[in-house]
Amino acid sequence: MPQMSIVEALNQAIAEEMARDERVFCLGEDVSDANGGYGGAFAVTRGLHGKFGPERVLNTPISEMLIVGMAVGAAMAGMRPIADVQYGDFLFCCMDQLVNQAAKMRYMSGGRVSVPMVMRAPVGATGRGAQHAQSLEGFFTHAPGLKVICPATAYDAKGLLKTAIRDDNPVLVFEHKLLYGGKRTESGALSMVGEVPAEDYTVPFGRGVVRREGKDITIVANLLMMYRAMDAAAELDEDDISCEVIDPRTLAPFDYELVIESLRKTRRLMIVHEDTYSNGWGAQLASYIAEHEIYLLDAPIKRLAAYDVPIPCAPVMEKFVIPSTARIIDAARSLMKM
Amino acid sequence: MHSGAPIAREPDGSAATKSLMGQSKINIFMSTIVMKNTDTIQLESDVSAKTVVALPERTKALGMYESMVRIRKYEEQIYFLFLEGRISGSIHQSHGQEACAVGVLYDTRPTDYMASTHRPAGHDLAKGVSLRAMMCEMFGKANGCCHGKGGAMHMGDISVGAVPANAIVGSNIPIAVGMAYSCKLRRTDDIVVCFFGDGATNEGGFHEGINGAALWDLPVVFVCENNFYGASTHVQATMKVQTIAERAAAYGIPGERIDGNDLMAVNEAATRAIARARRGGGPTLLELMTYRIAGHSRSDASAYRPDDEESAWLARDPIKLFRGRLVEEKVATDAELDAIENSVQEEVDGAVQFAESSQDPEPEDALRNVYAGEGEV
Repeated sequence: MPQMSIVEALNQAIAEEMARDERVFCLGEDVSDANGGYGGAFAVTRGLHGKFGPERVLNTPISEMLIVGMAVGAAMAGMRPIADVQYGDFLFCCMDQLVNQAAKMRYMSGGRVSVPMVMRAPVGATGRGAQHAQSLEGFFTHAPGLKVICPATAYDAKGLLKTAIRDDNPVLVFEHKLLYGGKRTESGALSMVGEVPAEDYTVPFGRGVVRREGKDITIVANLLMMYRAMDAAAELDEDDISCEVIDPRTLAPFDYELVIESLRKTRRLMIVHEDTYSNGWGAQLASYIAEHEIYLLDAPIKRLAAYDVPIPCAPVMEKFVIPSTARIIDAARSLMKM
Repeated sequence: MHSGAPIAREPDGSAATKSLMGQSKINIFMSTIVMKNTDTIQLESDVSAKTVVALPERTKALGMYESMVRIRKYEEQIYFLFLEGRISGSIHQSHGQEACAVGVLYDTRPTDYMASTHRPAGHDLAKGVSLRAMMCEMFGKANGCCHGKGGAMHMGDISVGAVPANAIVGSNIPIAVGMAYSCKLRRTDDIVVCFFGDGATNEGGFHEGINGAALWDLPVVFVCENNFYGASTHVQATMKVQTIAERAAAYGIPGERIDGNDLMAVNEAATRAIARARRGGGPTLLELMTYRIAGHSRSDASAYRPDDEESAWLARDPIKLFRGRLVEEKVATDAELDAIENSVQEEVDGAVQFAESSQDPEPEDALRNVYAGEGEV
């Protein structure tokens, strides 16, 4: 089976869908690599201009409202746009288009229009300060009408992005900058590649996956935090603490059932995300479990998240703010003593 | 994607009967009138300064008249229904601005798109949305054009190209650009009409959207209905430039200021802008000078409008102006025009009766239509 990075997997998903369906097109800042252009701030759309031309790989002005508004309009008119704004933080420039427009159009029309668009946005802190770092997935899980996904492996990146493109609803795809593969090891990037089938496949929304089986603690973690949870689990194993690691893969819809099933075995829950602590998706998961399945628990729910601060730039502070493998290990040990 | 000519849906599911009578044969005369002072428009000199656009052939003339009257009677009816407490919420009414809606939209196709605002009734009716379905929506009925979920500010019917109207000022502009881009990608010669008010031209979406449409020569006609007030604030208190039309220069596209109460002047300018868009020539910005008869919303008594300004504009009622010409130039008699008014009134009365006797949605219907797709609600 071919091995590739998440960037390559995303690129392949877009290229295959554009070839399969002429309604699919890309638009955004620097998405084209014509004339020495980037092919996307993280090279995800590199090479697509050569295959599909400038109309279907549309470089736009730095105009986030235009990009997302165009995606909404084109989607309502029957196209399947894939929009890109370089950094997730920039989505705040076009919140109206995402939350008032994309999310509400179908509902306001009584189901007579749909908005089949994809909004790609990289998240995660990489030493660039507070406006190129936020993990903002949680904001969008609070907007009925939007779907929110966060692929953490190459396999899921391709399969989930294909599902997103084929979905009849607006889907936000949050990719982690340190998981793209390759560079930026100084910021903690994982040079990871994964197996990706050559044949067409999709990964359904609303289905999490158990990344590691265990019997003592269920750790639910997404994107980069999932890998830190895996590292922590490997170390905790030596202490005879057995962790089950769940990657939810999609946040809206969310696979509560998989978590509940795991808790029947472990009876202890830890949630880890890079988004800030208060009112993140972890808070929603914790309250859902408390509301519906509190009797499954032998100990209080433990949540680890970025502290409630904007992301600082200096490496020593940035590292401190975001949950580390060591913090996960400590939290797991104390959870076992409860 | 469109295939064939879509037909508006009536509340009962049957096809709406919208008579798009005749083809345009108007003369392409210069119609732009110069309105230098936007505070108090010099009505007398304007009228004398402009070249009068000839009336179209009778079928189109009467069709346009009927379309304007339909908007007027609908809005008047809605106003009374609110006063009587028979419908709830708020209203942002378009009567007084009928010549803008009809002049721009009369010659568009059902496959052309139209993006409207929080004041959408005139635009929707002129685009061919079923009056009965709109009335049902106002009553919050299950068979409303948005099944009761949209209400007064989100009226639309995608089957005639009217996407849900947008109540976030200026946000429909980038959306219209995206619809226009879809026309380009699909190689159709359909166009998009995007309405907004004077207030929207100070929104970021106006700048980003028009710049994009201009950059890619997209088929959009940007129509600013300048009724002088964004809610209660005068347009001159919101911008340094004198006209909105001149903002077009910043995007390298044509901009024209038109007397928005002169139906034929609007229609002539729109005809040129639409033709330019259809042939791939790119967008145009039209600034239509007009005036709302009602306040901004239901609770607004328009205390900010000077009496003399109000009376001067209300005297230039677009329907009366057009009717005067129809009679004077012997295109139609008063009796014929009265008959049109009566028949439209019957249509509106019938719609009210129909809407009131229609079914409410089930409360649980509120949980549907959040997502599209199989197995979704």
